[in-house]
Amino acid sequence: MAVMTVREALRAELREWLKDDRVFIIGEDIGYYGSTYGVTAGFLEEYGPEKIRDAPIAEAGIVGVGIGAAMLGMRPIVEIMSVNFSLLAFDQIINHAAKLYYMFGGQMQCPLVLRTTNGWRNLSATHSQAFDTMFAYVPGLKVVAPATPADMKALFRAAMEDPDPVIFIEHTLMYGVKGEVPDDYQAKIGESRLAREGKDVTIVTYSRPVHLCMEVAEKLSKEEGIECEIIDLRTIRPLDMSKALTSFRKTNRAVVVSEEWQSHGVQAEVVARLYEHGFDYVDAPIERVGYVEVPFPYATNLENQVVVTPERIEAAIRKVLE
Amino acid sequence: MATTPETTERYAGLSAEQLIDMYRQMVLIRVFEEKCQEMYTRAKIGGFLHLYVGQEAVAVGTINALKPEDHIITHYRDHGHALARGLDPKALMAELFGKATGCAAGLGGSMHFVDVSKRFWGGYAIVGSHLLMACGMGTALKLQKKPEVVMVFFGDGATNGGEFYEALNFAKLGKLPVVFVCENNLFAMGTPIAVHSSVQEIYRKACAFDMTAERVDGNDLIATYEAALRAVEHARSGQGPVLLECVTYRLRGHSAQDTQKYRTKEEIEKYRARDPNQVFRKKLIEDGILSEEQAQQIERQMEQVVDEAVQFADQSPPAEEKWLDPTSAYANPIADKY
Ligand SMILES: Cc1ncc(C[n+]2csc(CCOP(=O)(O)OP(=O)(O)O)c2C)c(N)n1
Repeated sequence: MAVMTVREALRAELREWLKDDRVFIIGEDIGYYGSTYGVTAGFLEEYGPEKIRDAPIAEAGIVGVGIGAAMLGMRPIVEIMSVNFSLLAFDQIINHAAKLYYMFGGQMQCPLVLRTTNGWRNLSATHSQAFDTMFAYVPGLKVVAPATPADMKALFRAAMEDPDPVIFIEHTLMYGVKGEVPDDYQAKIGESRLAREGKDVTIVTYSRPVHLCMEVAEKLSKEEGIECEIIDLRTIRPLDMSKALTSFRKTNRAVVVSEEWQSHGVQAEVVARLYEHGFDYVDAPIERVGYVEVPFPYATNLENQVVVTPERIEAAIRKVLE
Repeated sequence: MATTPETTERYAGLSAEQLIDMYRQMVLIRVFEEKCQEMYTRAKIGGFLHLYVGQEAVAVGTINALKPEDHIITHYRDHGHALARGLDPKALMAELFGKATGCAAGLGGSMHFVDVSKRFWGGYAIVGSHLLMACGMGTALKLQKKPEVVMVFFGDGATNGGEFYEALNFAKLGKLPVVFVCENNLFAMGTPIAVHSSVQEIYRKACAFDMTAERVDGNDLIATYEAALRAVEHARSGQGPVLLECVTYRLRGHSAQDTQKYRTKEEIEKYRARDPNQVFRKKLIEDGILSEEQAQQIERQMEQVVDEAVQFADQSPPAEEKWLDPTSAYANPIADKY
């Protein structure tokens, strides 16, 4: 069984797909520059400029070109360097990619995979955002945000096999995370994962905070015998709440953790569903941990307090256990 | 040392004093940027740091063609513009250090230098967006019947996004007093211009809008200054916007994290021979406007200015915790109710 980083897992899966005649990658600085986060480094030399298409800084154009190619049977992989820049392509993504299949009565499909990154670290207000909830809000889009190298690889494959547009969300601070990637590992879009078993409290999370929650869970287990059960959603639309609800009915306490501003987000949806479908099992108000609701500050002393940290997760766990 | 009538003409009517001051500005930018690189390596500065090394003649040449009442709006590679506009190096370095005394209270960092009192309306980090804001500023100035102009800076890469075309059209339609300054440094991040733009002479993109445009050697300070004077005069006199393309070369990476695989050392060396600071220094000395000793004195002084800025930044208090309060995002905060 191979041990890979998130970056290596993605590279390996991209290589598989680049063998397919229908597949090309289009995005900014994916070729000559050598790729912003190293995912496509060296690919231009290896696969040439038809497959690895360095695009102008024109996000609407990049996504629009991807959609058009997908309509005619290609399987484009569209890379938007950071999710902040996807805002310039929201019309293409939301008014077009998400709508084609339904609006034209099923006559056409849009098998597009849009890879993009969340992330932060001294990048200030316009470069440190997460819009998971804005994509997930839109019927017609599928939104995937895996946490482990194995899930990155398997869910990327699932995204490429899917006939619908898939927003595939990575995280700049997660490319170096290592993990085992079993050869025959499979994962499906719309299926959550039990990341850790426990009896005392349910933590519902996805993407990078999965690792932070695991860290906190190990600490609490070792030091105080508190056992957290962690559910990694992996996909946020379609949302699979089955494992989270099973767990909540067992522990009766939940903390929801995600990297997004704390109000109006995926967390709000998860919390609503826990209450809706788990009302009889609630022993304590559900806690949530997200970004403090300010535009991101540059200064480290402030940023460290805005982001989701193990300390804040631990405090929330203690609160629901009170 | 004085200028003769002959040199004055060759130097666009600038006095020896003004020329020396422009050299001082170029040196300040260079020294500031090299210090930033050092401070980034020492982890005093974080995030994205886009240095201006090699492009000094553009900022100094164009901004000196403005009046104090004119307006500047720029992109994330904003250090050179800020320093040429006379923003306080102490406040800029403190911003980079994330300190409360920073020009943006430590909230913005390298990409968001600002000083509204100097009519420096900030650096913006979403490529191309601020071009439209420049049009809004131009619209306001027209409505207010003010004889001021807006100068907006951006790179060659920014001329491929829709906002560039929207902005040119708005500006031309409204005959807005906006000077669009494209710093064509031949790369958008690491993508060469031949790969990212179908037209490589950026000024020709103005044709579609029937807009006045000019291309100038952006490493030639005086040529750039003269072109900027023409553009500013055009805009100020009510004749509408101008696109000024300044061809230059960035001598350092796109950001401090760039491994620069997309270009060769030889290419960089070739352009280093055309380093705008060195070219201008040599020219001033040859023409007897500046002596070698004076030049060295300026260089030492600017190093001192930058060292003082670092010291100030180091000793300043951290960014204030009041900015963690969600109501701090609003000029008129209204809290949620429970
Ligand atoms: C809309 C948008 N897309 C992508 C980026 C990432 N990015 C930042 S700078 C840059 C290259 C810009 O090149 P250019 O406009 O030529 O300016 P230069 O950096 O050369 O001064 C890119 C792609 C961004 N900040 N905003």
